[in-house]
Amino acid sequence: MSYVYLYALLGVGLFVLGLNALIVHAHLMRKILAVNVMSTGVFLVLVALSSRNEGILPDPVPHAMVITGIVVSVSATALALILMLKLNRATGKNELPDRSRD
Amino acid sequence: MDRNRWLLPLLLMLFVGLGYAVLSIPEPVEGLPKMLVDNMELGGVSNPVTAVLLNFRGYDTLLEMGVLLVALLGVWSLGGMPDYHESSPGLVLDIMSRQLVPVLIIVAGYLLWVGADAPGGAFQAGALLGAAGVLLLLCGWRIGNKCSGLPLRILIVLGLGMFVMAGTGLLLIEGEFLQYPPPVASELILIIEAAATLSIGTTLAAMFLGSRPGEADK
Repeated sequence: MSYVYLYALLGVGLFVLGLNALIVHAHLMRKILAVNVMSTGVFLVLVALSSRNEGILPDPVPHAMVITGIVVSVSATALALILMLKLNRATGKNELPDRSRD
Repeated sequence: MDRNRWLLPLLLMLFVGLGYAVLSIPEPVEGLPKMLVDNMELGGVSNPVTAVLLNFRGYDTLLEMGVLLVALLGVWSLGGMPDYHESSPGLVLDIMSRQLVPVLIIVAGYLLWVGADAPGGAFQAGALLGAAGVLLLLCGWRIGNKCSGLPLRILIVLGLGMFVMAGTGLLLIEGEFLQYPPPVASELILIIEAAATLSIGTTLAAMFLGSRPGEADK
C-alpha cells in the first residue's frame, strides 16, 4: 500500500516546487506554468489517495473532482494567458510592476 | 538575495507539514465509497465516475460548466489580439488535419457513448473535440461569418442550458433540483452529456482563438 503514499508525497512535492517557482520567478509565463504544476500536484494527491483501500474499487468521487478540475485549470490558464498578452500590449513587459524595487 | 533567505526553509516546512497531513489520513475510508456502491443502481449508469459527475454530484458539474462559460466570456471581453499573425500550414499539417479531424470526432462520440459503463464521458470527449478545433484553427480554418454569431453562442451555452433546463424540469416534476427518476436516468444523463461535450469542445477551441470570431475581421 506504500506506493500510494509515494505518489501522494510526489504530488505534495510538485505542489511545493510549483509554489517555489511562483514566488521566485517574475516572468508571468513562468508564474502561469508554476500554477499549472501546483494544480497537477493537487490532482496527483487526490488520485493517489482515492485508491487507499485494499480490496474495493478506488473511490470515484476524487476522480470526478479531478476531471472537472483539469478542465477548469485549462480554462483558467487560457484566461491568464490572454491577460498576460494584454499586459504585454499595455506595458511592453511580461512582468507585473514592482514598486518596492524602483 | 536577502529577501529569499527564508524562502527555502519555509517551503521545506510546508512540504513536511503537507506530507505529514497526507500520511496521517486514517487508512480505511468509511462511508462514501460504500454509500456509492450501494446506490449504483439508482444512478442509471454503471461507470461510477460518470454516476458521480452527472448524477450524485450534478451540482459540481453544473457549476463547472458555468466556470467554463465565464472564462470564455472573460477572454472575449478582453477584446481581440489584432496582430495575431498566422503562418500558412505546411502541406503535411494541412493534409494530416483533414484525415485526423474526422477520426477525432468519431473517437469523441465513442468516448461519450462508452462513458456510461467504462472510463470515458463528456469531459474526455469534449477535450478531444476541442483538440480537433485547435488543430483546425492552427491550419488556418476560421468559422464563416454566417455561423460565428448566434449559432456559435447557442453551441457554447448548450451544455449549461441543457443542464439547467433538465434540472428545472425535474424540479417541477419530481420536486427536487437535478433528481433524476431512476427509469429515465440513463437517457437524461446521455442527453446532458452530449450537450456538455459539444459545449466543452467549442469553448476550448474558442478560447484558443482568443478573440471573438468575426470581430478580428472588422
